[in-house]
Amino acid sequence: MRESFPGAEAVVEVRSIVRRFGKIVAVDDVSFEIFPGEIFGILGPNGSGKTTTIRILCGLLQPTSGTASVAGIDVVKDPDAVKSRIGYMSQAFGLYRDLSIEENLRFYAGVYGLERSWRERVAWAIRTMHIGGQPNQLAGTLSGGTKQRLALACALLHSPPVVFLDEPTAGVDPAARRLFWTIIRGLADQGTTMIVTTHYMDEAEKFDRLAFLSQGKLKAVGTPAEVKSGFGAGKSLEDIFIAMQEREGA
Amino acid sequence: MTAHRLRSMIWKEFIQMRRDRATLAMMLGIPIIQLLAFGFAIRMDVRHLPMAVYDESRTQESRELVQKLQATDNFDVTRHVNSYAEATRLIDRGSVRAAIVIPADYARHLKRGRPTSAQLLVDASDPNTSQNAIAAAQLVGQRKNIEVLTALSRSPLRTETPPVEIRVRPLYNPALKSSIFIVPGIIGLILSVTMVIITSMSVVREREQGTLEQLIVTPITRGEIMIGKIAPYVLVGYVQLTAVLTLGHLIFHMPIRGSLLVVYAVTFLFITANLGLGLFISTLARTQAQSMQGSYFFFLPNVLLSGFMFPREGMPHIAREIGLLFPLTYYLQILRGVVLKGANFLDVLPQTGMLLLLALLFFGFSVKRFQKRLG
Repeated sequence: MRESFPGAEAVVEVRSIVRRFGKIVAVDDVSFEIFPGEIFGILGPNGSGKTTTIRILCGLLQPTSGTASVAGIDVVKDPDAVKSRIGYMSQAFGLYRDLSIEENLRFYAGVYGLERSWRERVAWAIRTMHIGGQPNQLAGTLSGGTKQRLALACALLHSPPVVFLDEPTAGVDPAARRLFWTIIRGLADQGTTMIVTTHYMDEAEKFDRLAFLSQGKLKAVGTPAEVKSGFGAGKSLEDIFIAMQEREGA
Repeated sequence: MTAHRLRSMIWKEFIQMRRDRATLAMMLGIPIIQLLAFGFAIRMDVRHLPMAVYDESRTQESRELVQKLQATDNFDVTRHVNSYAEATRLIDRGSVRAAIVIPADYARHLKRGRPTSAQLLVDASDPNTSQNAIAAAQLVGQRKNIEVLTALSRSPLRTETPPVEIRVRPLYNPALKSSIFIVPGIIGLILSVTMVIITSMSVVREREQGTLEQLIVTPITRGEIMIGKIAPYVLVGYVQLTAVLTLGHLIFHMPIRGSLLVVYAVTFLFITANLGLGLFISTLARTQAQSMQGSYFFFLPNVLLSGFMFPREGMPHIAREIGLLFPLTYYLQILRGVVLKGANFLDVLPQTGMLLLLALLFFGFSVKRFQKRLG
């Protein structure tokens, strides 16, 4: 496990972002920084504002107030410019089910503007993601784990410095989850910043640093050890998570 | 906008279109079925109206009149009756659609060159069908007049041909066959319905299946998504146009009097306008069901107000104004003009201009409304 990255230039900077949907405050004054090559976790129960935060950082949603920059681009002012510099994998499978593995990859290579290098990059993605089995199989017929690795492959074709993964391991079997984490660690080691949301507490230990969200508020941010100690010694992240949910349910 | 991204989008849409066999079959099959259904079954020129005969004259001359009416193919004598009241009763009941009433003195007046008349009663509850019948009957009467006048003429310069020939000559569609008139209408209707329905579904489908969310985090622009989505359907539209034109020509002997080049060129604007309309619906709808309803909401006025079914000249002012918003209104005028009457490009320039305007309007609206954002 890595330490935090003191002194490094942050690749993602979030400053007091707020997002309201009508009367509901989905994200309430959240600030944090993420450094290059980190695997950064955004944790929290359902409805805590994880997805909204990620969508703001990808330029998909405008925050009600606050500023955020990703890979040197102000996503509030210039949401379109950030799109060529990030990879994004949505919570639900977002690729074309009626296109094959190879066709999906080829399509996204084209959309990301890879002209001559697309064959190389598609071959790289198939190799790295272990999805080489049947390149002509339709994406809709793949298993959950393969679907998810294909989606990650499409998000990585243009070698983005920052990648957002929204609940990537939801509904995936344990073996596929382990493979997925191995791949993510490998990418981070090569310098790609990975930002991952999850509500699986047993995955918390896999992050270099994490932010804990609850009801749209940032409860803690730091390494897993720091977050744990902040909530009282001897408690696992899972305990903290459950305690938090119970407090909110009450 | 880059050509490369646009090409990728079009390539993807083509693959998806090819994989969706059911929709593809529908897009190509429906125009042909519609053409045959409208062309053969829905005939506005209903011929062979059942007719009752009330002949008080009972002469050679009166029988000849009835026979001439029958010879027009508009009437079939199915009943002989013995009173005027009986004739009207049969019409009231719908047993016959017309009745000819020939007075007792018909032959006597005719022989002496005095004016006489026979009365034709026509069930005009359906003006479309009765109109042809009336026209045909009048023609029979006029011909008889000429014949009589000729016979009475004592001029030494008398020739075998009648001195005055009055002929009603229906222009452009001499047989008054509505199947010819209907083919251009079907082309327009089919094109507009397929284009609007298919495109209105396609953006919404991406939204519903979650693929749009993945797509809009890429550098692809709104314009590229929109143009990429409609490009394959432009091709489908041209296949439909060609199929209906060919079949209309081969099966219904619809003449093609004008330039096909003009037809194909103007069709591009028409297709684009309808695709723009479909896209616009899709930016309003959240689900495929909603966009389907939106398309149907468009469908009815499109059929009723565009002049496809009823002549626009007979419509109340407001209906005529609403009809001006539909691309089909202009396209029908262009198509009927060019295909049936041989109009040239300059003749249909005003309508073409309106199509261009509507295409820009609908397409511009939908690109503006389609945000590369969620929520």
